[in-house]
Amino acid sequence: MSEIQNYTLNFGPQHPAAHGVLRLVLELDGEVIQRADPHVGLLHRGTEKLAESRIYNQNIGYMDRLDYVSMMCNEHAYCMTIEKLLEIEVPERAQYIRVMFDEITRILNHLMWLGTHALDVGAMTMFLYCFREREDLMDAYEAVSGARMHASYYRPGGVYRDLPDSMPQYEASQWHTQAEVDEQNKNRQGSLLDFLTDFTERFNGYVDEYETLLTDNRIWKQRTVDIGCVTAEEAKDLSFTGPMIRASGVAWDLRKMEPYEVYDQLDFDIPVGTNGDSYDRYVVRMEEMRQSNHLIKQCIDWLQKNPGAVMHEDHKITMPHRVDMKQDMEGLIHHFKHFSEGYGVPEGEAYCAVEHPKGEFGTYIVSDGANKPYRLKIRAPGFSHLAAINFLTEGHMLADVVTVIGTLDIVFGEIDR
Amino acid sequence: MSQYYSELSDKVSTALASIEAVQAVVAHGELTIDISKENIIQICQTLRDHKELGFDTVIDVCGVDYSTYEGSKIHKARYASVYHLLSVTNNHRIRVRTWLDDDFPMVDSVVPIWSGANWFEREAFDMFGILYSGHPDLRRLLTDYGFIGHPLRKDFPMVGQVEMRYDANKQRVIYEPVTIEERINIPRIIRDDNRYAERQGDSA
Repeated sequence: MSEIQNYTLNFGPQHPAAHGVLRLVLELDGEVIQRADPHVGLLHRGTEKLAESRIYNQNIGYMDRLDYVSMMCNEHAYCMTIEKLLEIEVPERAQYIRVMFDEITRILNHLMWLGTHALDVGAMTMFLYCFREREDLMDAYEAVSGARMHASYYRPGGVYRDLPDSMPQYEASQWHTQAEVDEQNKNRQGSLLDFLTDFTERFNGYVDEYETLLTDNRIWKQRTVDIGCVTAEEAKDLSFTGPMIRASGVAWDLRKMEPYEVYDQLDFDIPVGTNGDSYDRYVVRMEEMRQSNHLIKQCIDWLQKNPGAVMHEDHKITMPHRVDMKQDMEGLIHHFKHFSEGYGVPEGEAYCAVEHPKGEFGTYIVSDGANKPYRLKIRAPGFSHLAAINFLTEGHMLADVVTVIGTLDIVFGEIDR
Repeated sequence: MSQYYSELSDKVSTALASIEAVQAVVAHGELTIDISKENIIQICQTLRDHKELGFDTVIDVCGVDYSTYEGSKIHKARYASVYHLLSVTNNHRIRVRTWLDDDFPMVDSVVPIWSGANWFEREAFDMFGILYSGHPDLRRLLTDYGFIGHPLRKDFPMVGQVEMRYDANKQRVIYEPVTIEERINIPRIIRDDNRYAERQGDSA
């Protein structure tokens, strides 16, 4: 009998379902996966090495570019680690703003995930729907920081500035008449919080729309149910966090287990799955979007009632007020020092993690007391999820690889760093 | 928080007493233990299987190169392999650190204990050249195919050593020594800061 050899197939790096630059070397027996070997690093930019030669605040911009669909959550982990080393408290209003934007980011991330995952599996419409809603949230990013994606809005000690009182307006042009523009500007008449209130009122209806398309869809279920199953024990062993471990039935969420900022004062639930398959992870993430929406509402309520400072008052660490800078000698010195030399962080080491939309995103900083981190290690959730792809796809069909990549919710900015 | 971790620190020391007298430090609400590399498998096994500890998840494994460290602390060796462990069951964390020599940084792999450590160790090997003995598949992970050197070592230049371009004559991509120079706009500086003088330093 002649020897039958396995077939080796190269998947990516330029493939629409590779979610960026994943190269998978697949060993196939017929159409069944025997081994999946991911080759990563095509987006490696050496963020950790770069961070060692930049002052602390300069690195915030690099954090945005790690997981480039959940920008502010990355900044959050980095800023929290520095705050831990400096032992400073963030003003309460800034904590609420951070929580609100973390949840906005979670919705942004899950919409991106849902759109691309459904597109990979074969539902084109989802992609268009999801990007429609992302637009509003990106406008919120833009209103608060000036950038639609890479915000660098969180700073050690608080957030860069308070929420704006007005939203930018669309203007009439040769392509859009005044009547059309007025319609577009209808929910932009008030402050950013009013704009977001309008969004939160609409959003649950949108999630219902997505669910009518997918949740009971026969094709969607055939493609996702029992694909990439993980038990609770396996999930722990494989370092899964976030929705990946929750879908396996473990109610593990850092927002509840190690509450940071003001999460312990807010009301929300953690959805968990039972089977740990791709469909459960879909259901968990859908419910998370509703919970995030609920959290945003609570934050808006609080923020509307409680004005106050959004930045720590120690200007040896944070930027001084503009007026002080012009009139006060000390303010001038602080400003000069802040932007020329930065601030020193006391010697020591700290690890801080946030419940990032994808899982546990943490940064480990070793400081020798200088104005730059001595070592910055970024713990990205997608990294350990992708590492498990061989385990998840073994014995599945080739077409299921695409489903598994989608359900992992991987972004190469954070995996390759 | 610190109270909880001091108690946990005692529990860890007691549980590991038969293997090694570990040095445990609590700082910033985090527990760190320094262990010797010979005992790492035994210690990790205990940390995972002990009922009250139950560190069932490895959150992170990373290398640190202390060769240009300018702080006041003195380190036992050039490299450290740092493990961040988490107990999902008991909701607590620990940082385990082991020191590795400059000439041959090698330590036993913890992949047999937590399979999640696989890629973390591959990354630390790639970035620092730390060898994890017993690792099932210790290949480079993030750097280019055929890459030479370990980029996160402090003696590796930030601008790298080679640059790549397409050569029209040879009709292929070629590697050449870098032509750019490292530019430092803001020097690294440690100020003598009396605000932090009284603060209790953490270990290592």
